[in-house]
Amino acid sequence: MRINHKIMFISMIVLSLGSGYAWAQNSGIASGYPTPNDGLNPSAQKGHGIYLRYCYGCHGLQGNGNGENAQWLDPKPRDFTTGAFKCRSTPTGTLPVDSDLIHTLERGVWTSGMPSWRPLSGQNRQDLVAYIKTFSPRWQTEQPGEPITIPPETEVTMDSITHGHQIFEKLECWKCHGMEGRGDGPSADTLTDSKEQPIRPYNFADATNSSRFKCGETNEDVYRIFMTGLDGTPMPSFADQLQPNDAWDLVHFLRTLQVHRRSKENDVLKAAGGKIPATPASSALLPSALPSHSEALESGNQESRRQ
Amino acid sequence: MRNKQLYLTVCMVFLFPAFMFGGTISGTTTYRETDTPMKQKVIDMSKEPTCAKQHTTPVMTETVVTGPNFALANVVVYVSAGAPDEGAVPTQAVSYEQKGCQYIPHVLVMHVSQPIKITNADQTSHNIHPMPKVNAEWNKSQPIGAPPIDAKFDKEEFIPVKCNIHPWMHGYFVVLKTSHYAVSKDDGSFSLPDLPPGNYTITAWHEKYGKLTQELTITGNESKSIKFAFKATQY
Repeated sequence: MRINHKIMFISMIVLSLGSGYAWAQNSGIASGYPTPNDGLNPSAQKGHGIYLRYCYGCHGLQGNGNGENAQWLDPKPRDFTTGAFKCRSTPTGTLPVDSDLIHTLERGVWTSGMPSWRPLSGQNRQDLVAYIKTFSPRWQTEQPGEPITIPPETEVTMDSITHGHQIFEKLECWKCHGMEGRGDGPSADTLTDSKEQPIRPYNFADATNSSRFKCGETNEDVYRIFMTGLDGTPMPSFADQLQPNDAWDLVHFLRTLQVHRRSKENDVLKAAGGKIPATPASSALLPSALPSHSEALESGNQESRRQ
Repeated sequence: MRNKQLYLTVCMVFLFPAFMFGGTISGTTTYRETDTPMKQKVIDMSKEPTCAKQHTTPVMTETVVTGPNFALANVVVYVSAGAPDEGAVPTQAVSYEQKGCQYIPHVLVMHVSQPIKITNADQTSHNIHPMPKVNAEWNKSQPIGAPPIDAKFDKEEFIPVKCNIHPWMHGYFVVLKTSHYAVSKDDGSFSLPDLPPGNYTITAWHEKYGKLTQELTITGNESKSIKFAFKATQY
């Protein structure tokens, strides 16, 4: 029988590619490490194996953020033993839901050493989350919080941006973030996180940040950030102070602080002349017991002159 | 003779309630006479003029507050073992006030699960940021004129509290599994009344100088006096 070398060659390639693909599917990128037998449920056991391959160098064997790499990292890796997480859809002080942790794995944490772990398969991510939950006893006794309801976004108008500006002043966000959101407010230099490590507030005007925050990049993510707070950091939750419409107005104003980012908000602002008026054209003034905008600006200026 | 009897009867009538309520442990918390405690520093509130103008005299840090005769204030003295039960969870809230950019009181003691009411009396916003390790950490903003914040902690812990906006603001939530506790005053004095008979372990905790314990027995309605002398360091 004459061997058709061409067909044989092609079928061998297909066979090896096919079996390799099948093998890779079974193990994701997490292959070659034995699954430890540690008395955990099967998913968490697999997660333990993945953790030992990819995570413990920064997050530590005990999950307390004290891996051997941690000494060179700023910000420090997450300490899983307290159950406090920055990026959540649940109220401050509550445990996150699984999707919050998986989204953090997918996004990574911008401006930190935590990369995006998209190469991990979906099953790998779930196994990892199951293992992460074994580090804190809170997961045994507490239910995760109820994710906050985010109503549909309101329209981006000059009134919305102006009202957002008033809220920014009234809630005194500028004390840390500065009047222009450059992370240079009067309290910015002395901020420390819950491990007493120095930490800076977000700089909206920084071109390298462009549209990204530690916990996302969409308007919904921004909404979530100030309505749930970033636990473990100085950023508190403002959920008790803001109605949903007010919160959307604040989101729209915050986007205008990102002067280097092309956005609907910046387009609306530019079309209106580039300046935010003191009061919205149509709605009433917010009642405020604060010093006026100019007084607050002056104290901020005095502060920067002192430096 | 009759006067004496009358006198004794009147005394018994008035003292009778004391026989109902139990013993008392009281005393003072001090630092050792040979120690030099940490000096307190003046707080610079110039970055928050709305608070700075409320104080006519310099405001000092409150990490180590001392008094005459080597007294150590703000020491939490409590029954850590020997009480028959943990005591009922009080329904009355304890209050924590932010006034003049200071926490009043500096150390707030409460029973496990007792409600706390946190108020902001200042013309600036604050954020209340308790940093527990066992209880859940949370962080909430409280702007000018905002309503009180209600909170509670369900596990025993000594929780540091801070405001991130005003870095000099430090306080403590002390959550205990007992109703028998006291905070020593500026003269170091404290009192733990209404103790039923038992063998007690009394613990004294200071935010910088740690814990000391002593054991005593109460058999009836007696008053016992104890003293805690902490090892104080300058730094």
